Amino acid sequence: MLLQSVWFFLWGLLWAVFFMTDGFDMGIGSLYPLLGKSERDKHMMIHAMGPMWDGNEVWLITAGGVTFAAFPLVYAVMFSSLYSALMLILFALILRGVSFEFRNKVESAAWKKVWDTCIFLGSFLPALLFGVAFGNIFQGIPFDGDGVYQGTLLTLLNPYGLLAGVLFVCLFVMHGALWLAIRTDGDLAERAARLAGKLWPVLTGVAVVFLVATFIFTSLYDNYLATPVLFLVPLVAVAGLVGIRYFLMQQAFFKAWFSSAATIVACTFFGVIGLFPSLFPSSIDTAFSLTAFNASSSPLTLQIMLIVVVLFIPVVLAYQIWAYKLFSGKVTDDDLAHEETY
Amino acid sequence: MDVVMLSRLQFAAATMFHFLFVPLTLGLSALVAYMETRYVKTGDETYLNMTKFWGKLFLINFALGVVTGITLEFQFGTNWSRYSAYMGDIFGSLLAIEASLAFFLESTFIGIWIFGWKKLSKKAHATVMWLVAGAGNISAVWILLANGWMQQPVGFTIRNGRAELTDFLAVVTNPFGLLEIVHTIPSAFLLSAFFIMGISAWHLLKKEHIDFFTRSFNIGLVVGLVTSLVVVITGDLHAVHVTRTQPAKLAAMESHWETQAQAPIVLFAIPDEANEGNKIEIGSLPGVLSFLGHHDFNATVTGLRDIPKDERPPVLPTFVSFRTMVALGTLFPLLTIVGMFLRKRLLESRWYLWTMLLAIPLPYLAMEMGWVLAEVGRQPWIVYGLLKTAAAASPIAEAQVMTTLVGFILVYGLLGIAGFYLIANFAGKGPQTASENS
Ligand code: HDD
Ligand code: HEM
Ligand code: HEM
Repeated sequence: MLLQSVWFFLWGLLWAVFFMTDGFDMGIGSLYPLLGKSERDKHMMIHAMGPMWDGNEVWLITAGGVTFAAFPLVYAVMFSSLYSALMLILFALILRGVSFEFRNKVESAAWKKVWDTCIFLGSFLPALLFGVAFGNIFQGIPFDGDGVYQGTLLTLLNPYGLLAGVLFVCLFVMHGALWLAIRTDGDLAERAARLAGKLWPVLTGVAVVFLVATFIFTSLYDNYLATPVLFLVPLVAVAGLVGIRYFLMQQAFFKAWFSSAATIVACTFFGVIGLFPSLFPSSIDTAFSLTAFNASSSPLTLQIMLIVVVLFIPVVLAYQIWAYKLFSGKVTDDDLAHEETY
Repeated sequence: MDVVMLSRLQFAAATMFHFLFVPLTLGLSALVAYMETRYVKTGDETYLNMTKFWGKLFLINFALGVVTGITLEFQFGTNWSRYSAYMGDIFGSLLAIEASLAFFLESTFIGIWIFGWKKLSKKAHATVMWLVAGAGNISAVWILLANGWMQQPVGFTIRNGRAELTDFLAVVTNPFGLLEIVHTIPSAFLLSAFFIMGISAWHLLKKEHIDFFTRSFNIGLVVGLVTSLVVVITGDLHAVHVTRTQPAKLAAMESHWETQAQAPIVLFAIPDEANEGNKIEIGSLPGVLSFLGHHDFNATVTGLRDIPKDERPPVLPTFVSFRTMVALGTLFPLLTIVGMFLRKRLLESRWYLWTMLLAIPLPYLAMEMGWVLAEVGRQPWIVYGLLKTAAAASPIAEAQVMTTLVGFILVYGLLGIAGFYLIANFAGKGPQTASENS
């Protein structure tokens, strides 16, 4: 029981870190047509995430791998139920990944335009669809006792799912705008900061609607009502939101970005805690729901995986933090001129 | 076509496409790291230019390797959910370990390598490339162990209606997996060596950057010679192991129908599955198959007729892919040995340079054929002897899989064209610092 619960929260943590890190990449990509006015702007925006997007994306791969290893039944039913949505996300991520590498390799306006479009689609679609997917998981998914999905792609595009999608897009765009304010300079950085300021009321509005809608459409609050101290988690999310506003006014973009990171992590955990012990609830009958206890691997596998994760994830965090520090300064024209980079 | 067949096609398309880029990532990363280390040690600018030139080709290839890998990580869930539920306890953990041990390292440090030229000392920068190369090869080790487990499941018991892990050590020392490692990774270095030699040959034919490309060629030549020999040796050990663990695959590899002692090898044959025999057989060498399979000319080798019909793999693709791989496996050491003799007068040996240029695709072909053999030859099993492929697919709609299959072919096709166009384009241009260098 304990081992399975630990794994449940590690599973949530991996998703949270993925959204916290790759979230700003998806946000920047979604802002790309809006903020990338000149060729230099575009180049800057790509550079601002260039050194880290790939390492960030691996949190998704690890979240997927860990779902497979710790909760194979969830991996099987979740990914086959969400087949079309997941495939769309994956294709979008493929386009995003190659675009960075390909875009500046040929001097042709048409060529660049193709990859510019791909950068936008490859960032915006995953941001939206991850939200839609998690919104639907919070509500419950129509699958039967054999793990067979009874809906279609359109089933997922219900009002609550779409609302969650919009929330994710707003969160990531905010996160990305703040990152641009930190890592770029001049006009671009100013426009990014102004955009973050304008986005703030929108994000806050969407978040409030989402919290209310969650009460109506899902049973996530049950765990909170049973153990009120858990309300601290959504409170952190709210504090993060307030922090973004406060630090934006002070032009302290690093702190604003950290507040945004806290909001994203707390939002993810708000959902994960509300779900516990379900990982993938069925909306047909709760008896079919896949939980940490009925869908996990054997204790031996869970133990071995725990050792691996406890040994290696701190190492990963250490070198990723080192990499972030290495590239924490503003991107300069000198950096842009370097022809080995994208 | 049903969901199973469509999913098989889709998985085959996705893995084979991924594997167009994997070998160069594995081999070229290490060779670029070697070049950069030479630069740090000697201060010789040519090595720096080599690092940058081959490094750029590496990076374009790497990007395609990464993005095509991501879909694979999820396809076990999307398309093979019955398999995942049954095997996840063991198979999933190998994939998760691969991600947390290797992918993080590889992806984080490649970003540092690309963007860190001015931010790190020369030595640190070269070390970063070694980390990238090491991580790629570590990832290969884990994924091959995972694949090896599907070929020869070990260290498990059937409990709660699924395979559960009982012995982790057995899983990570699985002989089938280890053989795949010692066969596939040297093949990847072989491919990279031929890639370097082929592109160098092109420029040497045009008499450009002669010093630069002669040195590059020589690095490729040494690596190519060593690995082409290793690949033949480990391939032979592999065949012996397959004979013992997967007799049906061996029989199909050789289109061998009759169980017999002193089993022969036929040089040329056309398998005829309907009539359980070969239409044409030319050049039979008695006892050789027994020797290859058991290292004993008199040993008995099981024929396909003694294997139940529903446990036989498709004979033709298994047979053809093995033949092709072995033919190429014989050719590669010959090509590199000839190169050793000609290496002092490469520029004059134009026919040899042409040959090496044209040989670039051959190791790719050999590696793809190797996988077709390993995977198709394992059919109808998805996990050998344990779970049939037909029972492993997801309960999803045919139309869904059809749509994504078409999507894969279109998107991957276009990406492949764009990617290889860029690689060819930059390879043809030659190193940046042209004038100072030749
Ligand atoms: C023998 C080696 C080998 C084999 C058989 C496979 N791969 Fe692979 N894979 C690699 C060797 C590799 C690599 C060399 O490590 C790559 C290639 C390019 C790269 O960045 O790393 C990679 C990349 C790569 C990535 C992206 C990692 C990143 O973002 O850095 C994923 C998710 C996978 N692979 C997953 C798979 C799966 C699920 C496979 C099985 C069907 C598979 N690979 C077969
Ligand atoms: C660890 C790595 C791999 C695993 C776990 C794996 C597993 C699988 C699975 C689940 C299937 C679908 C079922 C089937 O039809 O057999 C399959 C099929 C196939 N795979 Fe692999 N595979 C791996 C690597 C590769 C690679 C790298 C290649 C080649 C480049 C490859 C080539 C194929 C082919 C050609 C098929 C189709 C076989 C058929 O449909 O008859 N596999 N493999
Ligand atoms: C005479 C030489 C060779 C022999 C005897 C040989 C033998 C084998 C055998 C028996 C297998 C099947 C393993 C299985 O069933 O899973 C195999 C697989 C494979 N071969 Fe070869 N091979 C040779 C040359 C080559 C060459 C030259 C390459 C590539 C450059 C290559 C690449 C591969 C790959 C990628 C696989 C699939 C992965 C694996 O199972 O290891 N082989 N080889």
